[in-house]
Amino acid sequence: MTKVGGRMFKAFLIKFAEIGVKGNNRDLFEAALAQQIKYALRRCEGSFSVRRNRGRIYIDALSEFDFEETVENLKTVCGIASICPMVQSEDEGVEQLCRDVVAYVDDQYPDKHFTFKVNARRAQKNYPLTSMEINALVGEKLLEAFPDLQVDVHEPDVMIHVEVREKIYLYSTEIPGPGGMPVGTNGKAMLLLSGGIDSPVAGYMVAKRGVKIDAVYFHAPPYTSDRAKQKVVDLARLVARYSGPIYLYVVNFTDIQMAIYEKCPHDELTIIMRRYMMRIAEQLAKKTDCLGLVTGESIGQVASQTMQSLAVTNEVCAMPVYRPCIGLDKQEIVEIAEKIGTYETSILPFEDCCTIFVAKHPVTKPNPGVIRRHEENLKDVIDELFQKAVETAEQIVVEA
Amino acid sequence: MNCYLDNSATTRCFDSVAKLMTRIMCGDYGNPSSLHRKGVQAESYLRYAKEVIAKSMKVEPKEIFFTSGGTESDNLALRGAAYANCRRGRHLITTVIEHPAVRTTMQYLQEQGFEVTYLPVDSCGRLRLEDLEKALRPDTILVSVMYVNNEIGSVQPLAQIGELLRRYNPQILFHVDAVQGYGKFRIYPKRIGVDMLSVSAHKIHGPKGVGFLYVGQRVKIRPILFGGGQQGGLRSGTENVPGIAGMAKATEEIYRNLEEDVDRLYALRQRFLEGLARIDGVSVNGPGGRDCAPHIVSASIEGVRSEVLLHALEEKGIYVSAGSACASHHPDTAGSATLRAIGLKKELLSSTIRFSFSVFTTEEEIEYTLQALYELIPVLRRFSRR
Repeated sequence: MTKVGGRMFKAFLIKFAEIGVKGNNRDLFEAALAQQIKYALRRCEGSFSVRRNRGRIYIDALSEFDFEETVENLKTVCGIASICPMVQSEDEGVEQLCRDVVAYVDDQYPDKHFTFKVNARRAQKNYPLTSMEINALVGEKLLEAFPDLQVDVHEPDVMIHVEVREKIYLYSTEIPGPGGMPVGTNGKAMLLLSGGIDSPVAGYMVAKRGVKIDAVYFHAPPYTSDRAKQKVVDLARLVARYSGPIYLYVVNFTDIQMAIYEKCPHDELTIIMRRYMMRIAEQLAKKTDCLGLVTGESIGQVASQTMQSLAVTNEVCAMPVYRPCIGLDKQEIVEIAEKIGTYETSILPFEDCCTIFVAKHPVTKPNPGVIRRHEENLKDVIDELFQKAVETAEQIVVEA
Repeated sequence: MNCYLDNSATTRCFDSVAKLMTRIMCGDYGNPSSLHRKGVQAESYLRYAKEVIAKSMKVEPKEIFFTSGGTESDNLALRGAAYANCRRGRHLITTVIEHPAVRTTMQYLQEQGFEVTYLPVDSCGRLRLEDLEKALRPDTILVSVMYVNNEIGSVQPLAQIGELLRRYNPQILFHVDAVQGYGKFRIYPKRIGVDMLSVSAHKIHGPKGVGFLYVGQRVKIRPILFGGGQQGGLRSGTENVPGIAGMAKATEEIYRNLEEDVDRLYALRQRFLEGLARIDGVSVNGPGGRDCAPHIVSASIEGVRSEVLLHALEEKGIYVSAGSACASHHPDTAGSATLRAIGLKKELLSSTIRFSFSVFTTEEEIEYTLQALYELIPVLRRFSRR
């Protein structure tokens, strides 16, 4: 029933998710949210002002703008609970206000069979009517204009908000945002980004909790092509819509991979490889002031993600490893990937280094002691290779 | 060292071509349909191009139609001729190793109610005349056969095919996709009974996005694009003057010393084949000697994934093509139609690399590439999937 056409709207009210409850930090959170909103609006046509006013954020369009595009971009700002497109008009008296509401309802709701409630809010305390009086008067005018409408003050289908400030604002639609907290309010983490479906989702999920992210990708030329690398950059760019700019570190992993391949049992290759990836990621994370690692792992999804395997990969780093997809099924991860727009890119068919050397039957219950002992086989070469991999990592700044 | 051996994908522009095109784009940029001087000037480039190209094949300038490249030429030839002649019959013949521009156009025509026979090829990738003879029917209206196969370099017996068609029914139209053959051989359509012939400029050191279709005067054909009626209405749209002039320039250059250049290419090819023969488990696809195009070598390398070798060569500055499209996640369907058609073993389908040369290719590049292969193949075999 709610049909939102964009042409009437000139402003947005932004409702936040959890930041309302953050006590003394509230100002900090609001400022961060306003900052992220401005960043998202930079990708949109037109110019806007973003104002914080008594615990709310208002966006006014200062020029012509593209409604759909603006909403799409606002939907990527973590911390936004909902986006309310507002109609804005000059205060030209109560009569005009009623006419404006009638016109608004007529435009937005072609089918008038619904229940409603008017919810007025009067910031302009010298306005001739109180909020209650505005509710009653506007409601009456609406019922007169559209006999099919019915009032329901408890569970209305449509809540018509009337805000009287220096101008009059009307809104009745709330478009859900991602929720969570504004990026930059919760430190930084290093995301292990592969070309797959899960890791971009993991990145999105921590970004949604206000965490800024850097990312690391393990490139293995000639086993992976420049197109595979480009795909990861493209994925990072999609995640950056939510997380803000990402510093992507591309690590050349070929030599380490080959050393493992030659010196370690083949069925343990993936697990040992992952241990080195974690170690390298932790090194980079320390260098870039990240407070944790983020992976797309989900229990039992593949051989390297059984509880035993996770334990064995986990033990190599001291830094906390966050695995936001850990309890999600593949289908649930896919749904999020589709929602955030990374799925189509993730399924492009390029080899990544995890698949090319994979054994037909990798270990699923690795024994930590055995793995550690087999890693000993690498001791003559690994320090140098490791150092080289960290030092030669290429840094790419990825912006949405 | 930079060693571009992917000339069947596309070629470097001749300097003279780029220079001429720059002059036209920045100076003589008129629309050939305009009535003023700038228009006339632009038109004169088209006239020049038609003459040069027509002369290269000993046909009439008015039989040359400019297009956006090989794909459009093939589409125009097949769809334009099929529809214009469908009252005589609805049977078309082609081969299983055609370029997708022909193959998918044929599939489209099939959906439109035409009947298409796909002829097999022998293990060298050559059409057998007896297969063609058996496939011919009273309602056959068009036969389309490529000149040089883009993946393995096999050359089709065009003259014999033309002869066979003329004997069977002179009304059957004969189309040739000569994208890989033009500029490597002298082609005289009228002498060998070819009615339509597709060419693309960027395979002969011309620009991308331009090509031509030769259409013999007797051919009944309809346009597939509608618009301002340029080129006698067969191909509407303002002519790509710089591209067309560039293509003509490339044609002049490539045919200037053709025999000498081709002899040199065959010598390079021979040297490369000798070098390859020194590696165990490497086999060359397609015919040998002069039955193969001078510029293509398709090699299957046991135990090496073509994509990996391609990227390993790339790191050494050598650019080649994987013989089959990447289908790494579906090993059962991997491999090109051509490679399957010549009966290549399944495990070699994803181990096939195409090297393709041009007049710019040098002996040093060949030696350098062989050295790189000697070095890389044993390493890659050691690290192949266990």
